[in-house]
Amino acid sequence: MTESRTVSQAHAPAEKTSEGFGRRRFLAWSSTALLGAIAFGGKLPGLGIEQALAQTPGGAAMGKAVDLGEGDVGILNYAYALEQLEAAFYTQVTKTPYANMASADTAILTAIRDHEIAHRDFFKAALKKNAIPALDVDFTKIDFNSRDSVLTTAKTFEDLGVAAYNGAGQLLEKGEYLLLAGKIVSVEARHATAIRYLIGMKGTASAKAGNSGTTTGSGNGGNNNVFDDADAVNDKGLDRAQKPSEVLATAGPFIKTPITADDIG
Amino acid sequence: MTSQNTILFDIDPELSGRMSQSGGLKTAALKLGVLATAPLVIAAASTAAFGAELPEKIRDVLNFALTLEYLEDEFYRTALASDKLIPSETRATFELIGKHEAAHVEVLKGALGEHAVKKPEFDYTAKGAFADVFSNYKTFLAVSQAFEDTGVRAYKGQAIRLKSSDEILTVALQIHSVEARHAAEVRLIRGQPAWIISNSRGDMPEATQAVYNGEAEFEQGGADIKDLGGLSVDALSGAFDEPLSKGKVLAIVKPFIKAA
Repeated sequence: MTESRTVSQAHAPAEKTSEGFGRRRFLAWSSTALLGAIAFGGKLPGLGIEQALAQTPGGAAMGKAVDLGEGDVGILNYAYALEQLEAAFYTQVTKTPYANMASADTAILTAIRDHEIAHRDFFKAALKKNAIPALDVDFTKIDFNSRDSVLTTAKTFEDLGVAAYNGAGQLLEKGEYLLLAGKIVSVEARHATAIRYLIGMKGTASAKAGNSGTTTGSGNGGNNNVFDDADAVNDKGLDRAQKPSEVLATAGPFIKTPITADDIG
Repeated sequence: MTSQNTILFDIDPELSGRMSQSGGLKTAALKLGVLATAPLVIAAASTAAFGAELPEKIRDVLNFALTLEYLEDEFYRTALASDKLIPSETRATFELIGKHEAAHVEVLKGALGEHAVKKPEFDYTAKGAFADVFSNYKTFLAVSQAFEDTGVRAYKGQAIRLKSSDEILTVALQIHSVEARHAAEVRLIRGQPAWIISNSRGDMPEATQAVYNGEAEFEQGGADIKDLGGLSVDALSGAFDEPLSKGKVLAIVKPFIKAA
């Protein structure tokens, strides 16, 4: 790994600025989602993830963490876990949109949600019986009613996804999986840029840049720092490549289900 | 020497892999000290893994990548030096993209050492197809998008050939995702979606269609993804970027390279 900055330092999600609506809405969603989630409790060795004993709807905590497995299955489950996180995040973003969400925001965030769902469902289908269960997420630190909080978190997740796939490439045995990871990672990088575009627009532009985007002309929103990705790309022009342990340490606070990844990288 | 190493690699790619892992980037970085730059580190890692010479297979891939990076690097240098081409609103973006491409050239040259190919002479009008590329901002943007989207597909197509070296594969992946960031940036500046939908070139000139052919792929990892999650065809195709073979990439960039 040539990149030493940690994502958590570079992109700490914005602190929630107010108690209230966003959180309450999230909790309502969370308890519904929990019905379909398999919740586990347990230790998470070496990953520094806050131990959270998730409660099943009936109130009983299970005693076992989700283990990603080893070899290529472990790496694919690792990717599946991250895609679950991203898909859950954007699903919530589009379900409870922040106030006055601009059409460009809606178009881009909805398209990204659909891509992440495609990635998630693809891994689930590809892993078949080896797939880890649905993970329980923890978005209490995200204020879904705040554009800043949502976009800052989105940037964190997208940059993290890029770093994760870049770091996982060398861990994959099968060339076919390496190619698949390559097909997905560049889409995550495109997302990272699209999120920066929205951050740069400050919610004022109306460019139609989502799935059905057919507009022409400059959609640059008049901000010349729109595409400043110096916080993700180093001065050698290289993106991050992070080990699973580093990535899971950053993702950990957003995943309630304890994950063990002792057998991969 | 070259042939010996190539033969060793062909006979025992696993040995190269093991050497790569044990030689390692860390060891290389330690030898060079903390101030070592990426080109030096990758060059040293190459030496640690393969002895003095990179296997020919890896050299070929890196020289192919270097040729594409030369193409992009000089393209942005020329554009940024052209009067009244790039407006102030996007100048910083193209300066940063250009900086990245220049850095990629250095990284690859560092890895290849004396085996690095020389920079060809370029014709950015592609024999007249983009005659006003450095005087018309819209033409410049279209060629830029074509180069970046092609670059993403090119690196993706070659990754598997770099599997015998963890360090070099990883650096190639780190470049690959940056090219994708660039592609998305240029696409958004042009008012296009950041990702490629189906095999559509959008409002790009017809001459760029080859850059997008083969992007409408609904079989992934041997499985039909059309039924996934009840998603639209646009979403499914946008979710996966597709590789391009070296031959197809070379056919795309050939008009931009002057005959020697």
